[in-house]
Amino acid sequence: MARITASVYTSHIPAIGAALDLGKTHEPYWQPVFQGYEASKTWMQQHKPDVIFLVYNDHATAFDLDFIPTFAIGTAASYAPADEGWGPRPVPTVQGHPELAAHIAHSVIQQDFDLTIVNKMPVDHGLTVPLSLMCGQPPADHFAWPCPVIPFAVNVVQYPVPSGQRCFALGQAIRRAVESFDEDLNVHIWGTGGMSHQLQGPRAGLINKAFDNAFLDQLIADPAAAARIPHIDYVREAGSEGIELVMWLIARGAMADVAGGKPPRVAHRFYHVPASNTAVGHLILENA
Amino acid sequence: MALDKPYLDVPGTIIFDAEQSRKGYHLNQFCMSLMKAANRERFKADERAYLDEWPMTEEQKLAVLSRDLNRCMASGGNIYFLAKIGATDGKSFQQMAGSMTGMTEEEYRNMMIAGGRSVEGNRYVGEDGTAQAHRQPQGSAYAHPTAGH
Repeated sequence: MARITASVYTSHIPAIGAALDLGKTHEPYWQPVFQGYEASKTWMQQHKPDVIFLVYNDHATAFDLDFIPTFAIGTAASYAPADEGWGPRPVPTVQGHPELAAHIAHSVIQQDFDLTIVNKMPVDHGLTVPLSLMCGQPPADHFAWPCPVIPFAVNVVQYPVPSGQRCFALGQAIRRAVESFDEDLNVHIWGTGGMSHQLQGPRAGLINKAFDNAFLDQLIADPAAAARIPHIDYVREAGSEGIELVMWLIARGAMADVAGGKPPRVAHRFYHVPASNTAVGHLILENA
Repeated sequence: MALDKPYLDVPGTIIFDAEQSRKGYHLNQFCMSLMKAANRERFKADERAYLDEWPMTEEQKLAVLSRDLNRCMASGGNIYFLAKIGATDGKSFQQMAGSMTGMTEEEYRNMMIAGGRSVEGNRYVGEDGTAQAHRQPQGSAYAHPTAGH
């Protein structure tokens, strides 16, 4: 059967993608950010998944205000990197896993989560920046990501966004769905976005290191408590865009300990301020 | 019965909720149209004429023409959509975010390098943090004598 072996959590700041694409990773401003992911790239090579289930949000790219799905799963064979106004990132086309994605969609909807199913969408920095951070730039002679990816887009742009509780329960449903897939597949689930940041208004630039680090602690040790954090606490403490952290709870809900298994092992933890407007947070948790 | 909107007392912040989204639908869809190069060219050639093709309010059009992102937000804009205007103008996300604070690009960038804006005094309207209304504008972006405010 398929099983989830690890979860990865990371911010997905567009400026990180630009720094990578423009060769700025060794500049003093960016060097500490990328240094924090060196261990992650090594870990990825040692723990290569068959499929990545990647939870992210679209930033007015594939979805405008004509359609605002709360939870959207990609069941396509491939997804093109989007042009977000500065030209598409020079990264590989994302290959999907339609069989597993369709299976998860079917199972999760039967577990009372009303997903939107998407067969055509470009993917923006929310999805490609985490891939770049974890996998590095693929070589020119084998220009591809290391494995298929199932994009899972969450509305965190228009309020109300789904609650932490709902996201945490959804992660549990995704875990059950993956484990009911007959093929032996090693699946990672990634939760992206955050950490504290606010991109708008006179309060733009808000960073809250104390909140972020307490969130990381709680996400590791007591995710059910982290899931009870109400929206307003994210907005007030972590900035209006800090609400993206609810997406981390989807990945955390899919870990074995939530279903009665052993606590996960913390393979890597990293935190840095700033990257552009944002606090960078990153965790890798392995199922025991 | 009133909806639960506990975020209305967060200073310097407009939460893009279903109500704002309803008000800002055409403004945001105009922004979205700038994803296409041909539309960017038409907009840059005659901004007012291009805006007049959209059923936006006059306030929304003036907010766009003056590149006042706070005013765009107040009339229903969302920052991820408004970012398309910034991309058209060749601005980074940090430049756009900074423009809403009254700080120069350098002042805002330095604030971020120093650890960002503190949450202290900026949780509730009526405290004394840097995002509070009585402390605007921050920095010297509008110190130019002809800026008028």
